[in-house]
Amino acid sequence: MDLKQYQDVWVFIDCFQGHPKDVGYELLGQGRLLAEALKQKCCAIIIGENVDEAIKGATEYGADIIYVVRGAEYANYSADAYGHAFLELCEKYHPNTILIGATANGRDLGSKLAIRLKTGLTADCTALSVEEDTGNVVWERPAFGGNLYARILCSETRPQMGTVRPGAFKKPQKCQNKLSVMIREDIRTKQEDILTKVIDFIKAKDESGIKLEEAEYIVAGGRGLKGAENFAMLKELADLLGGSVGASRAAVDAGWIPQSKQVGQTGKTVTPKVYIACGISGAVQHLAGMTESDTIIAINKDASAPIFEVADYGIVGDVFEMVPAMIKEMRIAKNLEQ
Amino acid sequence: MNIVVCVKQVPDTTEIKIDPIKKTLIRQGVPSIMNPFDKNALEEAIQLKEQYSGSVTVISMGPEQAKATLREALSMGADKAYLVTDRAFGGSDTYATSYILSKVIEKLGPFDVILGGKQAIDGDTGQTAPSIAEHLGIARLTHIRSMKIDGNKCVVEREIEEGIEIVEAKLPILCTATKETNKPRYATIKGKIDSLKADIENITLADLPNMDITKIGLKGSPTRVKSTFIPERKSSCEMLEIVNPRETAKVLFGKLAEAKIL
Repeated sequence: MDLKQYQDVWVFIDCFQGHPKDVGYELLGQGRLLAEALKQKCCAIIIGENVDEAIKGATEYGADIIYVVRGAEYANYSADAYGHAFLELCEKYHPNTILIGATANGRDLGSKLAIRLKTGLTADCTALSVEEDTGNVVWERPAFGGNLYARILCSETRPQMGTVRPGAFKKPQKCQNKLSVMIREDIRTKQEDILTKVIDFIKAKDESGIKLEEAEYIVAGGRGLKGAENFAMLKELADLLGGSVGASRAAVDAGWIPQSKQVGQTGKTVTPKVYIACGISGAVQHLAGMTESDTIIAINKDASAPIFEVADYGIVGDVFEMVPAMIKEMRIAKNLEQ
Repeated sequence: MNIVVCVKQVPDTTEIKIDPIKKTLIRQGVPSIMNPFDKNALEEAIQLKEQYSGSVTVISMGPEQAKATLREALSMGADKAYLVTDRAFGGSDTYATSYILSKVIEKLGPFDVILGGKQAIDGDTGQTAPSIAEHLGIARLTHIRSMKIDGNKCVVEREIEEGIEIVEAKLPILCTATKETNKPRYATIKGKIDSLKADIENITLADLPNMDITKIGLKGSPTRVKSTFIPERKSSCEMLEIVNPRETAKVLFGKLAEAKIL
């Protein structure tokens, strides 16, 4: 394999019903950095039925080239239709690197492409860089529940591929007056080649308020909360801050709060401005999902809890005293009470 | 209905400790368990068998000690178990592992349903199961909530970030289970005793004559680990004393305001 024939960094813009997910834009920021290191172009791949919003976004977030495949058969994700379209693009344009968000669909698509292209795929990366002498991407990822991190290379084959955790990177600055080249490819997938068909969709219960992964302020609770009912005070504090409530695996496993609120290795990765950990001891698998927050505040009874090792401000104390006190002070500051 | 479940024996990652001086994982004394998501996959397989009759085969790739996990699967209600083991398989990444397992499934099959966990808690890739489907050239649906079979078709509820998709597909199909799929049963005492007596066959490279040996083991793996490291923790935590909680809250918010965080 002549690796030099493979050029450009491709970013898959993962959409749901025509709406791009943030992770695609987060990856355009990373794709740009890799492309600059490789002296290649950063390209967006858009597959769907309604693609206008994604095209606009990919332009704003700085893609040099936008490849678009459009058709009714791409209205819903299927490994077969999306895989077919993506593989045709790869065959024609030979990308060097492919970045895909590690969403349910992204991980599925990544596996399909890697097997068919006979190349390496690194899962769920949290940091990316380029080895200067070889042009290999260094894929960094947590394993063993976040206890260990590994740097992984795919040095013999191209494209080199990775899925990247949503929320592991912030979205880049929007570009002013970016001129992206758009290439529309007429790739159709026959109905009989699509083995799975979405026949219905049930929207996730609209959990009022701000989505966890988009929140700038997160108040998270763990085992120390002692029961589902005590998450109400976290919600109150989060609402006062204009943020969202998160949880550790212990709280989710206890059934106090839905899994969609779980932060950590098997939950969500978040990077808010402020993360307030209440009664969370800080098991590594939790830390893997929140240590990149700008400011971490930890409240825990146990002074030796590992959460204090990653916190900026620590309070050794009772969450049932501290959280109500914080709510009270916040309300006074906001002139909601005296 | 013939069902095969891929299970993996993993270290219980919640029990792993770090050697503070050598900065390495202390694996000694860490219990080996069946990957929790694979347990959900196995439970789903047993429920399908109970509903539609048939048999449940369990396969696991790993060293001889992984038979403990296969015995656990048998004690829960699987009918047959095979250990996929050979020195030539060592060092396989997800590409090579999924290729080997696809060859094993071809040998033991045909199967109507292939199940696995959504990811293993040690590697956390979530790639091996869907890659098996790709090697086999069959349909796959990851992260399923539930599964119903109707003749040669199935209807699956699939979890995605936005909600639940209802998806229809023809058999054979590969699906991956999550914590939400079901609640795995406990083994019965009789199941445990029977599983100790059960014969677990090894499947080695010699049993898989159709294998392309350039695609297996370390040499057949497109990815390799360059280095590993233990994450560094910043240890600059400023501890705030509690005189009384409201005073501490005031001090905290004051500091955040000063740092222009709030």
